Amino acid sequence: MSMSIRTVITLGLVAIALALISLWMGQQAYTWFPPQASAESVLVDQLFSFLVALGTFIFLGVVGTLAYAVLFQQAGKYDTSDGPPIEGNVPLEVVWTAIPFALVIWIAFYSYQVYDQMSILGPMEHVHGKMVMSSAIAAPPSQPSPTAADALPPIEVHARQWVWEFRYPDRNVTSTELHLPSNQRIKLILQSEDVLHGFFVPAFRIKQDIIPGRVIDFGFTPIREGRYRLRDSQYSGTYFAAMQADVVVESLAAYQQWLTAAAAQPPTEAYNRAFEEYHLAQNPISTGWKIVEPASPPLVNVSTHPSQNPPSGKESKP
Amino acid sequence: MTNLSVEAIAQIEQPLPGAPDNWKRFFSFSTDHKVIGIQYLVTAFFFFLIGGLLAMVMRGELITPESDLVDRAVYNAMFTMHGTIMLFLWTFPALLGLSNYLVPLMIGAKDMAFPKLNAVAFWMVPVFGFILMASFFVPGGPSQSGWWAYPPVSLQNPTGNLITGQTLWLVAVAISGVASIMGAVNFVTTIARMRAPGMYWFRMPVFVWTVLAAQIIQLVGLPALTAGAIMLLLDITAGTSFFDPAKGGDPVLFQHFFWFYSHPAVYVIILPIFGVFSEIFPVYARKPLFGYKVVAISSLVITGLSAVVWVHHMFASGTPGWMRMLFMATTMLISVPTGIKVFAWVATIWGGKLRLNTPMLFALGGLTMFVFAGVTGIMLAAVPFDIHVNNTYFVVGHFHYVIYGATVMGMYAAIYHWFPKMTGRMYSEGLGKLHFALTFIGTNLNFFPMHPLGLMGMPRRVASYDPEFAFWNVIASLGGFLLGMSTLPFLLNIIGSWVQGEQAPKNPWRAIGLEWLISSPPSAENFEELPIVIAEPYGYGKSEPLVSNPDALEVAHESR
Repeated sequence: MSMSIRTVITLGLVAIALALISLWMGQQAYTWFPPQASAESVLVDQLFSFLVALGTFIFLGVVGTLAYAVLFQQAGKYDTSDGPPIEGNVPLEVVWTAIPFALVIWIAFYSYQVYDQMSILGPMEHVHGKMVMSSAIAAPPSQPSPTAADALPPIEVHARQWVWEFRYPDRNVTSTELHLPSNQRIKLILQSEDVLHGFFVPAFRIKQDIIPGRVIDFGFTPIREGRYRLRDSQYSGTYFAAMQADVVVESLAAYQQWLTAAAAQPPTEAYNRAFEEYHLAQNPISTGWKIVEPASPPLVNVSTHPSQNPPSGKESKP
Repeated sequence: MTNLSVEAIAQIEQPLPGAPDNWKRFFSFSTDHKVIGIQYLVTAFFFFLIGGLLAMVMRGELITPESDLVDRAVYNAMFTMHGTIMLFLWTFPALLGLSNYLVPLMIGAKDMAFPKLNAVAFWMVPVFGFILMASFFVPGGPSQSGWWAYPPVSLQNPTGNLITGQTLWLVAVAISGVASIMGAVNFVTTIARMRAPGMYWFRMPVFVWTVLAAQIIQLVGLPALTAGAIMLLLDITAGTSFFDPAKGGDPVLFQHFFWFYSHPAVYVIILPIFGVFSEIFPVYARKPLFGYKVVAISSLVITGLSAVVWVHHMFASGTPGWMRMLFMATTMLISVPTGIKVFAWVATIWGGKLRLNTPMLFALGGLTMFVFAGVTGIMLAAVPFDIHVNNTYFVVGHFHYVIYGATVMGMYAAIYHWFPKMTGRMYSEGLGKLHFALTFIGTNLNFFPMHPLGLMGMPRRVASYDPEFAFWNVIASLGGFLLGMSTLPFLLNIIGSWVQGEQAPKNPWRAIGLEWLISSPPSAENFEELPIVIAEPYGYGKSEPLVSNPDALEVAHESR
């Protein structure tokens, strides 16, 4: 019996050590991401940290057990005997079915709450209430409610092979850089003119496929000023990888200023990486396979600078 | 007199093992499940090497941020063909080969239920393999729409030709689907109807259970994919508009068709590997499989749940919130039966008398990487986190841990374990262990870096990327080249040992199972007299006989 108590204590100590390592890993997890530039990213990172801690515990528990067996339970060279014929253990099997079951229910419930709070596609249709938090951001901007008097008008996102174009209809501004004010609920209207694209800003931890023939309302809240990358996340053909744009988050005042300045700029042809590469004088690695031609660069008030997304190929080399 | 002539015909059509020209049977329309099994395995491995070469070109491109090694269109063709070849021409046929070889032996049958159908199904593999390879040589090159072939990209046809890489791709996938449905009918029938006397359901080895579970998925799911592929083909060639939004079609509908099959397909792949693990751990740990019946049944539970999780591939697609939440719940649930299996294997190994032969090393390495993939899999099931990493390298890392880390490692474990049975020769342990070390290191170097890349926001399928991703990509590329090299000791070992390896006895591993009671390799009809099974399959440590007629299974002169 003393043996069994010793086993219990050893197991307990191992579990505590694993738990400490797992918690530490969970904290490390925050550093594996781009900066937290949206309110949504804070929630997602917390969820991921929790999953990393839990996953570390499970992984180390299983692999540690295997490693112990491999190190200390090998048969001797001339030992041809068998191990003990243990065929199962019902209580143990019930435990290792019930605990994972409870864990995944917990993860699913927690994830549900986070997703509900993010509300990127607007609030989910609930059977009852729980709308208090998101009612302001849910209100359609065409008919602003009193509580959301300062809600921003929506920004149109137009994707095509392989251009990102952003329109601010109320100010009649067009840009290939997405400017957003900080600490405001942003509403985007996502549209594609040809194939599937994906709106993905890693620093915001949000993503949404853009479906041709559909108009998708998408919302989030930037919280940190800076310049971030928007990438096409749904494969869209030959120049898919080149379809990137910059997202600039700035204070509300700076944002308004930018809009005013942009509206005063005459429209010019934007820089577009796919178009640039396609029309490079010589592409030494081209196969000559006929591909879909990149759309012409749009006329915009504000264009991306070529250095933000330089073309691959001869001319880009310094 | 009749008997004699039948034997004579068999001699002409299918040279028997031991006959000097017996290698020729591998190039014939043989109906022997063992020959077909090896035909599948060798054909599949050939395509594995081609798919691997394409991957190494991709890793070569990705070793620098710029698109500078191959044209973007070529890169896109590379990843499309890499994925297609690795799934439809390596993983599926290789597992079919293993299942073909083992299932009749393990249940005590003389062959599959429909031997000719079996041969036809196999010979469709080189046919659609040829069609797929031919697409490299048509104007415009092979398909460049990814192995999902999502419309509208897959509907775009800049060449204007009817015969394009995309149409050939769709024809190949449709033929593959038909061949796999044939195989599924055959396996399910064989397992249901051809078991030896006394081989009750709960005396079947777990490998047979997992093959049954996997092939039921094929029967239910493949018609959806095949239909989807044909509808897409009609959209391209006949002007229909099932999926073309410009003409009122719905591209998201195709995604449902595609993933309704292609997610369960992951279980078609991993279930037989669960079976391999369940066979190998008891042998090399000298203990019965822990919780045999629960492990067996959980395969069928996985089959059932696998049919209701497909939308987790579409969490960032045009899907409403409620659908995302519903499929998150089902996806979470499927981890429970999978977890049960993992714990059962650990309990099987624990307290055993371990022998770290090459198959055991590969199985242990495969299990370790599968646990890692399971952890990242649960993370991906959590919708808010998936929204961030969906279509990034995190996903690519996750499924390569499943498909390479667990499945390819498991395949290698199986090939080494049953190599003496298949060829009658022993392999070299030294080369096998070298192969294991290179594969284990290469897999982790290649696929681990994809996780941080995905977290940082690098999308999959990109031919160029921002410089911030360079560090992990260089490591992944070096790992990829190492993985390519790791196949060399394997090829050397397998070819060398097959030609001049030491003669293998009936049962070199002292394993329990019907296949180990007969000679290596088994005779054309496996069992002279059908075995009469009297025990459960994993009687290690119990010294109870498996069959009541061990001496009657073969004619005397054939046993070694």
